[in-house]
Amino acid sequence: MQTALLFLFLVMSAAVSAQAIDVAKQRITLTLDAEPPSLNTFTSSDAISSEILVHVMEGLVQYGPDGKIMPAVAARWSSDNQGARFWLRKDARWSDGKPVTAHDFVFAWQQVVAPATASQYAFIFNPVKNAAAITRGELPVSALGVRAVNDYELEVLFERPCPYFVSLTAWVSYYPARRDIVAKWGRAYAADHDKAVYNGPFTLARWVHGAEILMRRNPQYWNNAATRLNEIHYAYVTKDELAKFNLFKNENTAYTTLSLGSLDSAMQAGYRVEQFQTAALFFLEFNHRPAHVTANLALRKAIQAVYDPDMVVYKMMGRPGTLPGRSLFPMTVRGHKGRFRDEYPARRLKPDLATAQRWLAQAKQELGVDQLPPLTLLASDSPLSIEQAEYLQFLLNKTLGISVQIDVQTFKQFIAKRGKGEFEISVAGWGPDYDDAMTFADLFASWNANNRGRYNNPAYDALIEQAGNSADPAVRFAAFAAMQQLIQDDVVILPIYEEVDLYLRHPALKGLYRPVFGGDLNLRFAWLEHSE
Amino acid sequence: MISWIIRRLFAGLVTVWFIATATFFAMHLVPGNPLDNEKAVAPEIRANLEKRYGLDKPLLAQYGIFLGNMARGDFGISFAQENREVNDILREHFPVSAVLGITALLFASIGGILGGALTAHFRGRVADRLVMVAVIAAISVPGFVVAALAQLAIVNMNSWHGSQLLPVAGWGSPSHIWVPALVLGLGTLAYLTRLMRSSMLEVMSADHIVTARAKGLSAMQVFRRHELRNALLPVVTELGPTVAAITTGGFVVELVFAIPGMGRYFVQAVQQLDYTVIMGTTVFYGAFLVLVVVVVDIIYGFIDPRIRLYGADQ
Repeated sequence: MQTALLFLFLVMSAAVSAQAIDVAKQRITLTLDAEPPSLNTFTSSDAISSEILVHVMEGLVQYGPDGKIMPAVAARWSSDNQGARFWLRKDARWSDGKPVTAHDFVFAWQQVVAPATASQYAFIFNPVKNAAAITRGELPVSALGVRAVNDYELEVLFERPCPYFVSLTAWVSYYPARRDIVAKWGRAYAADHDKAVYNGPFTLARWVHGAEILMRRNPQYWNNAATRLNEIHYAYVTKDELAKFNLFKNENTAYTTLSLGSLDSAMQAGYRVEQFQTAALFFLEFNHRPAHVTANLALRKAIQAVYDPDMVVYKMMGRPGTLPGRSLFPMTVRGHKGRFRDEYPARRLKPDLATAQRWLAQAKQELGVDQLPPLTLLASDSPLSIEQAEYLQFLLNKTLGISVQIDVQTFKQFIAKRGKGEFEISVAGWGPDYDDAMTFADLFASWNANNRGRYNNPAYDALIEQAGNSADPAVRFAAFAAMQQLIQDDVVILPIYEEVDLYLRHPALKGLYRPVFGGDLNLRFAWLEHSE
Repeated sequence: MISWIIRRLFAGLVTVWFIATATFFAMHLVPGNPLDNEKAVAPEIRANLEKRYGLDKPLLAQYGIFLGNMARGDFGISFAQENREVNDILREHFPVSAVLGITALLFASIGGILGGALTAHFRGRVADRLVMVAVIAAISVPGFVVAALAQLAIVNMNSWHGSQLLPVAGWGSPSHIWVPALVLGLGTLAYLTRLMRSSMLEVMSADHIVTARAKGLSAMQVFRRHELRNALLPVVTELGPTVAAITTGGFVVELVFAIPGMGRYFVQAVQQLDYTVIMGTTVFYGAFLVLVVVVVDIIYGFIDPRIRLYGADQ
C-alpha cells in the first residue's frame, strides 16, 4: 500500500497540464503510441523504442534531414569490398563524461550477435564476418569481424561485399554500449531511465512506465551546440487515434499521426495535413505450397489479370499520397544514381477480363476441376486489412466466379497461420530493414523464413546470389530488375499499395524529419519558432 | 465467524488455482506464440529465444515451474516489455486503476441507489420515464463511444471557453480523474439504477411497509429505515463483482484518456499473447474477485440481520 501511495504521489507531482510547445523554454510535448518494449539496443527491434533511442543514442553515422548519411560518432570512414574502417571523433562522450571509444562498439556488436542475447535483429549483422555463424553458436563472439585498432579507430571485415554497410551502422542494433554499465545492471540494464548511459543529443531524464517519458538536452553531447530543443516530453501514452487528435486540437501535443477516422476531422478543421512515405509495401501473398490450388500459375495469372491496385487506392482507400502497388520494390528504394523505379520502371498491368477468363479456363483444366474450391483469404483484424480482403472477395466472385472465404485473425494468430501456410491468399505487408533493394528482394528467397507463401524458384535464388555477391552497382541493379520482372511474371505476389503516413504538426515546430531508417520522428535538429 | 472466513478463503485459494490452471492451458491452446512477430527470425535465434523464456520445455514442465513461481508470488518477466517484471506492472498500474475505479464506483453506487430509489417513488411520472430512457441509453451505448464523445466534449468546451477547464487526457492530478471515472462508472450506474428501482418497487408493496405507514411513521422514516435498507440487498450482491471489475481497469477508458492503468495491460497481454502478463493479471484479478466476494458476504450480515453467516453463531 505504501508503494502504491508513493507511486500515486510521484505521478501526481510529475504531470502537469501539458502544453504543446513552449518557445521560450524550447520544450515540446508529444504522445507515444505505447510503452517502449525495450530500450536495450542489443534486443530492441520495434518502432516505438527506436523513436526514443534515436534521440538519446548515436551510432557511427546517422540519417540527416535530407535523407542522406552524415557523420555521427564517426567523423569519417572508408569502405571497400573486403570491409570498412571508421575513424571516431575524440570529443564524443557518454552522458557520464567518459569518452565513446571503438571498444564500446565492439562490445555492443558482440552482444547483439551472441546466441544468449537472442536478438531478433541479429540478422542485420550478417554482412559482418562470422556474424551468422556466431548466432548459430558455431563460433565464439570474439570471432566477429570487428576490431578496435585503437580507441578511436574501428575496423570491420565483411562476410561478403556489402555496398550499403555504412548506412547500416545508423541502425539501433549498431549503437555502442558500455561494458561497465551493462555489467552493473545486468538484466535490469536500460529498464529504467537511470539504468543506462547515453551518447545522443538527449538523455532520458524521467520514465514513468506506461505514463510518460521526458528527454532532456545532453550537455555532454559532442554537437550540443547544434541541439536546439531543451526538452522533449512524451506526456501521454496512447495509440487511440481520436484521443491523439483531440490532444493535438486542444494544444496539448505538437504532433500527431492521422488514421482514417481522424483524417476527416482534421481536414474539416482546416489543419494542414502532411505526408510521409513509410516505404512499406502491402501486398497479397499467394501460397505456393504444392497442396494449394494457388500453386497453379494459370490461376494466379487469372487473379492478376482482374486485380486493379488503382481501384483499391483511388476509389477505396481515399488516403491522399498512397501509391498503387506496381512492383515488389517501392518508389523509395534507392537505385544506381536516383530511384530504382525510375531507372528500372515496373511494367504496368491493365485489368483484362477476357485474358483472365482464358487463364482461369486453363487453370481449371490443369487442376482437373470444373469448379474451384473456395479460396481461404487470410487477413489480420485491422480495418484496412479487412477492407482489402473484402474487395478481393467481391472482385473474384463477380469477375471470375471464384468464391473466397475470408479468415480474419488477431495479429498473433494471423502470424501463426501465415507461418504454417493455412491460406491460399494472405493480406501481407513488409517494411524495409535497411537502405538497399535487397531488404525487399530476399523476401522471396527460398531460404527466407519470412517467405511465408514458400515461393521456391532456383532462378530467383540465383538472382539473389548474384546481387548479394557483387559490389558492382550495374550487376546488382540488373539482378534486382530481373527479380522485379520475375515476381510479376510468376505472380509471386500482387502488390496492393505503398503506405503513406499522414500527420499534423504544430506550425511552430520546425526542422522535424521522418527518416525511413534509423528511428522515425527525428527531432535531433528540430526547434520551436513562431511563424509570424 | 473466524473459522467461516478461513474456510471461505481456503475455498477461494482453490478457485484461484483453478482459474490459473484453466487460463494457463487455454492460453497455450491459442494458436500463435509470444515470440511470433511480423518478421520471422532464423531458427537458431528462435531456439535461443525459446530457451531464454523456458518455452523449449514440455508444457507440463512449464506448468510446474509456473505453479512453483506463483506460490512464491513471482510471475516472471513480460515477453512484450523486455526486462519488466510482471509484479512491477501490477504494482505500478493497479493503484492507478484502483483510484479511477473507486471514484467511478462512488459515482455509480451513489447515483444508482439514489436514482433507483427516487424513480421507484415517482414511478410513472415524467421524471421516472426520462431517467429510465437515459438508463437504457447508458446501458446500450458502448463505452468507447461514450469515452470518445466525452473527450470531444472537453475539447469543445475548452476551446469555447478559451482555457483549459478540464484536461483532455493524461493522469496525475484530481482534475484528470472526474471525466474518465464518470465514463467508466456510467454503465454500472445505469444498471444499478434499474436494479435498485425494481428492488425498491418490490419492497414498497410489502406488508411491513404498509404497517410502518399505518403506525404513523413519516415518509422519510419509512424510506430510510425500511425501504432503502431492504431494497439495498440485491444491489450489494451485485456490487461485489463490480468492484473487482471496475477497479482492475477499463481498457477503453484508459486508452482514450491515456491513463496508465492495468486495464490496458490486461487486453494488450492477450493480444500479444504475453504469457507471463496474462497469467499475472488473471491470477491477480481472480484473487481480488474472490476476496471481494468474501467481503461482500460479511457485509451482508451487517445489512440484513436475518442472514447469519454459516457457523457464525457457534
